Amino acid sequence: MSVFVWIETFAGRAVSSSWEALFAARIIAEAQATVVTALIFGENAKAIAAEAGQRSVDKAIVCEDEVLHDYRLESYAALMSDLVAKRGPSAVVAVASNRGRELLASAAVDSGSGLIADVIDLHFDDGKIIGKRPAYAGKVLMEMTANSATTYVTVRARAFPPAAHANSAAPALEIVNAVEVDEAVATEIESFAAETGKVNLGDAAIIVSGGRGMANNPKTAPDGLSGDDAAIWKARDGYENTLRPLADVLGAAIGASRAAVDAGYIVYDHQVGQTGKVVNPDLYIACGISGAIQHQAGMRGSKIIVAINKDPQAPIFKLARYGIVCDLYEFVPALTAALRQRLAN
Amino acid sequence: MHVVTFTRSTPDTAAKVWVDADGNVTWGDVATVVNPWDEYSLEETIVQAKNGGGESTVIAIGSELHNDALKHSLAMGVAKALRVEELDAAMNDSLVWSALAAGAIRKIGAVDLVIFGKESVDMATDQHTYQLARRLGWTMLSYVSDILEADYQAGTIKVEKMLEQGKQTVAARLPAVISVMKGINEPRYPNFLGIRKAAKATIPVWTAADLGIETPRAATAILGYANPPERNLTTEIIDAGDLDANARVLVERLFEEKVL
Repeated sequence: MSVFVWIETFAGRAVSSSWEALFAARIIAEAQATVVTALIFGENAKAIAAEAGQRSVDKAIVCEDEVLHDYRLESYAALMSDLVAKRGPSAVVAVASNRGRELLASAAVDSGSGLIADVIDLHFDDGKIIGKRPAYAGKVLMEMTANSATTYVTVRARAFPPAAHANSAAPALEIVNAVEVDEAVATEIESFAAETGKVNLGDAAIIVSGGRGMANNPKTAPDGLSGDDAAIWKARDGYENTLRPLADVLGAAIGASRAAVDAGYIVYDHQVGQTGKVVNPDLYIACGISGAIQHQAGMRGSKIIVAINKDPQAPIFKLARYGIVCDLYEFVPALTAALRQRLAN
Repeated sequence: MHVVTFTRSTPDTAAKVWVDADGNVTWGDVATVVNPWDEYSLEETIVQAKNGGGESTVIAIGSELHNDALKHSLAMGVAKALRVEELDAAMNDSLVWSALAAGAIRKIGAVDLVIFGKESVDMATDQHTYQLARRLGWTMLSYVSDILEADYQAGTIKVEKMLEQGKQTVAARLPAVISVMKGINEPRYPNFLGIRKAAKATIPVWTAADLGIETPRAATAILGYANPPERNLTTEIIDAGDLDANARVLVERLFEEKVL
């Protein structure tokens, strides 16, 4: 018996949040007095296994077969299920990324196992895993357990710290072959467009977020634009030339409220909230965001919230540790300059 | 051809949701809405059925609560609605849910495409979508931001998928299960005629026996719900005189908090 952890990879490298899944797997292994086995599939798997070893995994099962070179759900799930059926792990853990969610849910069906998804905290009842997870967009928390021989667990990004480097011995390496998949369900990846220079909201330690107030840009919109079009131009200019410099100084990701996304100020990928991303950074700077309940649902887990809003009655101030009652277009450039100066010293 | 979508009623996104003294989740008297992510899957179902010259069906797995979401779906323009209810089954368990959903798809028969919204906001999960695809043995395409091509004659589909690292173009064969993101379309509002038609519709209810399946045993148990801990918070409004002073004070505070 052991605890499996899937180390998610992308383009031949471990996805950094995978080390958080490893941390959670080690908590489970300790509670169950067993060891951690890393599952690493695809390009560069052996080298990634060595990296996992430095963060204390006892064993790694790797597969570098060509069919697993790039992640594809069907072939990865087939191998994971095969390993679970043959080895009977007590748990299978991964980070709740897009791929971690679908992979573990699919493999859990094959073994008729319970899946506790998006876990933010773990505790144990005589070795049995109890996972705490948000429901109703974080408005309530729930505790779940599984009654199957194997419990599948996905952990929310940034809920657990990454497993630290330790002077551990290299893990025992076991090489396995891919499991054949029905061609009819195989997908073909035709192309991939990387988003360069973008910090992923889910993994971000700091998020700078803009709302409806982004349209109050004092710059004049180009001739010929009026009404909504002028507001869109002003807001987009604000994200690029006012929020972006602050985000760059902080190494932050850029977020947005639903109101801003629905008004066309910024693309949906940036939306934080109930129908966007749920985030839990160390620092969340809300600029020109009133703080509707749907937005709060997505960011209330942030450690420190700073609100910049010219309306002192804005609900966002109730969530904020620090508030500045000021137009964001006045304050954000001043903040960016003060940070540059402080970080230079 | 036939496109099927699943939906459910969830509390309005603006509603306060809390755990009452008995440990139950409640949202008071606030009405439910169609699961917000499903606005996009319902719209896409209507569009794809029209493009393919075929049928559309919306299914809810669960209690009468979900009739409201089904009526909303009919009012938007989905052709047929039905509900699957198995009174003793643990509907919050995704293995139970997906077994009933797969039974319904098999009973309907020739289905080409199943479309989900990204997740359901109540249980805040998407695991049931992948588990349905797995049970049917169909291709799963998740986080779809655009359907680039769908050829129901040839049985092929090409989509754009969102990953954390960027966007991927993926081709696959039908039948398939897809989950769609906000932004894939502009959901329509139900019109007066649609609302009137939906109000008159009777919604058939199927049980596990109707589907010819045994409901599987639940693999998970919910131990309890709790309200999130109160944020023990005093808000400091920084007012140090002028703009630059406020900025310097905030920077110092953030260093003291060790978040920089």
